[in-house]
Amino acid sequence: MNQALKKIVGPRIHPDEWAAHRGRYLLPSVLLVLAAVMLLVSIFLPYWHMQLNAPQYPGGLHVIGYVNHLSGDVHEIDSLNHYIGMRPLDEAAKFEKATAVMMITALSLLVLGAVFIHSKWAALLSVPAILFPIGFLVDLYLWLSYFGNNLDPTAPLSSSIKPFTPPVLGTGKVGQFETVASAQSGLILAAAASLVIIVALWRHRAAYKPLVDKRTEQSSGDDSPPQKSDMTD
Amino acid sequence: MKSKLLGTALLVCMIAFVPGCGGSEEGAPASSQSGANDGNTTEAIVAERNLSPDDVRAALLTYQPSGRIDDYIMFASGGHAGQVFVIGMPSMRLLRSIAVFTPESWQGWGFGVGEDILAQGNIAGKEIRWGDTHHPALSETNGDYDGEWLFINDKAHARIAVIDLRDFETKQIIKNPIAINDHGGAVVTPNTEWVIEGGQYATPLGWDYAPIEEYNDSYRGSVTFWKFDREKGRIDPDRSFAMELPPYWQDIFDAGKLVSDGWVFGNSFNTELATGGIEDGNAPFEAGASQRDADYMHIINLKKAAKVYEAGKFTRVKGFPVISLQTSIDEGLLFFTPEPKSPHGVDVAPKGDYIVISGKLDPHVTIYSFKKMMQAIADKNWTHDQYGVPILDFDAVVEAQVEVGLGPLHTQFDNRGYAYTSLFLDSQVARWTLGGAYSDLHDEPDWSVAAKTSIHYNVGHIAAVGGDTVNPGGKYLVSLNKWSVDRFFTTGPLLPQNFQLLDIGGDGDKMQLLYDMPMGVGEPHYAQIIKADKLKPWKVYPEIGWDPATQSVSPYAVMPGEERIERNGKNVDVYMSVVRSHFNPEHVEVNQGDHVTWHLTNVERALDATHGFAIPAYGINLSLEAGEALTIEFDADLPGTFTFYCSEFCSALHLEMTGYFRVKPTEVAVATE
Repeated sequence: MNQALKKIVGPRIHPDEWAAHRGRYLLPSVLLVLAAVMLLVSIFLPYWHMQLNAPQYPGGLHVIGYVNHLSGDVHEIDSLNHYIGMRPLDEAAKFEKATAVMMITALSLLVLGAVFIHSKWAALLSVPAILFPIGFLVDLYLWLSYFGNNLDPTAPLSSSIKPFTPPVLGTGKVGQFETVASAQSGLILAAAASLVIIVALWRHRAAYKPLVDKRTEQSSGDDSPPQKSDMTD
Repeated sequence: MKSKLLGTALLVCMIAFVPGCGGSEEGAPASSQSGANDGNTTEAIVAERNLSPDDVRAALLTYQPSGRIDDYIMFASGGHAGQVFVIGMPSMRLLRSIAVFTPESWQGWGFGVGEDILAQGNIAGKEIRWGDTHHPALSETNGDYDGEWLFINDKAHARIAVIDLRDFETKQIIKNPIAINDHGGAVVTPNTEWVIEGGQYATPLGWDYAPIEEYNDSYRGSVTFWKFDREKGRIDPDRSFAMELPPYWQDIFDAGKLVSDGWVFGNSFNTELATGGIEDGNAPFEAGASQRDADYMHIINLKKAAKVYEAGKFTRVKGFPVISLQTSIDEGLLFFTPEPKSPHGVDVAPKGDYIVISGKLDPHVTIYSFKKMMQAIADKNWTHDQYGVPILDFDAVVEAQVEVGLGPLHTQFDNRGYAYTSLFLDSQVARWTLGGAYSDLHDEPDWSVAAKTSIHYNVGHIAAVGGDTVNPGGKYLVSLNKWSVDRFFTTGPLLPQNFQLLDIGGDGDKMQLLYDMPMGVGEPHYAQIIKADKLKPWKVYPEIGWDPATQSVSPYAVMPGEERIERNGKNVDVYMSVVRSHFNPEHVEVNQGDHVTWHLTNVERALDATHGFAIPAYGINLSLEAGEALTIEFDADLPGTFTFYCSEFCSALHLEMTGYFRVKPTEVAVATE
């Protein structure tokens, strides 16, 4: 194992140390595994919901966003949107929807990978997963903004509806429709996973920083190879 | 004044739920301090509108606030409007009509929709475009309405129609090959195995010509048993048969149930064999057919008749299997018993044990015991009529007679041991008690009149909730009155019929009239009332491109992006999608003489997103409900520029939902080629 890789993987825990402070090292690993599982489960849950309320739709129209598809009254919303020249909803985020399951799986694997990294590099592996919920909302905002601001100028109602960006979360107004957008269980779970990862990284640092520091001290004073191969991970 | 005060007190009691509002007259002034802001207002309304306590009660029982859906649905025939009407109860609001035998342009029926089904009702190539619907019959499972299908007869032409209650559309019209008119249907057996259709005025079977002098020998009555294939949702004429009957003018039939399952009962009103001829100085039919004191109830062993049919013991008339009168006699399929003359109504009680016949010209209802009938048949306690049919001894089969009033016609039942009979001449509905197994359900003596309520006027049929099933619901009864006279604003000499709602849920001696509903769109005869939650109608068609005629996706469904016009010689096929607020394509140009086949699909999925499609001068107007696909065909024989448009207001841009159909005159078409 070359030095660079060793540095990334970080020090191993001495069996005596493991036996003495098992909880200290176990906690971040358990939290990281939990976060990865939460992220994976979120694939099957709705991330986002928008309700459109108007007098002639008692109960409202609903669009429910999953990471890989839309469901609800998409057909009806599309047929209404053509009046203002908005593109069909399914044309939005095609790449994201097509790759979402793969991407989330990859993020989860990175988080799982961090379990085996006992250096600050673990944080780097986890960063994509931490940022994922924000990334989802930013992406959603960009698409909503793109759709709302690129209306077909020849649409029937193009002169009476000005370009707009529907709120990603919260309420808005388009024509006679009030829009109410909210985060759903999938997104909440992903956000919770982010927090769990942050807690895990905090405990990770508390557990491994002393080991890393110790090894740095040793290597600066003595070029001898690290301790024997009875390491554990 | 007293009644006004009482009315106010009652209203305030009911609205404000004032505790201890015990009906004392002092309660009325106190009510103005009851705290409700509108107390004075409601009081003032009651006074100003001169409403009695009963009026207030009736209003409170029938008023539906906006958005509240009725608990019961009534299907009423439309008489010679040829349709069926769907009415919500207790509000008595007309919800919609169902076009059946008569073209109806709102539904597009006969204007491009349902042409093939209407054509099934043609007679010997003659196009028949009206009907006289009399008796709706909801499909039954174990003797109770199941809310799946509705059958209706056309008295004028002896036809039966099948309506699918998923989309409330007519799916089949079947012409009876041996009868030219009917009245004894539609009636279903307890599991809808058979739809019964009795002919009425006798003709030679198959309505071939025969001089009236040959009436006794050549003219015949009939009853047809149509096999209903529930899987396919259609009557299967290849598994159906009829029975020849004497020319006694059979009126109406009812199917046995529970103990009498497998038997069918009918009545007749011209056992005199009168042939009329007032113009020759003979007694007119009305007198000639009313001479004898008794006519004959018909008692038919359907279960056995089906076996006789399956055994091939029938002849064919116009290709249709008919069990001859002689075979019926030989096989023991048909029996008579005397009934009060010129009767109306033959109604089987909920447990199937009694059959009630109204005398019409006799003030009694006569109640027959099914058990006694079976005994009389076993005992061969009979004489014979002139055709050799056994006539069971009246005294041996009758259970009771109840004097109900003048002109008794039809009987319905409730869940408290009461029967209800319409009294045409007295313009009343009578409630009377059943005996036997029903005796414990009521407090009054068996076989006695408990209450009468006056109606306005000339009641024909009555309909109670599930009133002809094994499981009647009580609560409401509707009196289908023929005359309204002074009940409504006079709309010229043609007045509406009057449906009157009666509360039959109260004490035995009370039967309050709650509501008058004018029926100014037809002349209903009979109705059936089902609990609304038993119906499971579709909100929109299940898939885009749905063909209601086959209840499956049409091979010609047009999905968005598939719109096109194809020309093949003189045949032009248009594939058009329909959505708010445009047709696609919007321009269709053909040459004069082209044969145009136009496929349209409403690609909407929203509740109530119906579009119309009208082409002027070509007699086309479609109703395309959400998801529906229709195909129309016509020859473009009239040249010109025609503006097609959406005829059902669909959206804010409804006016813009239009297009041009241009038919190039032959000379122009030739010149430009």
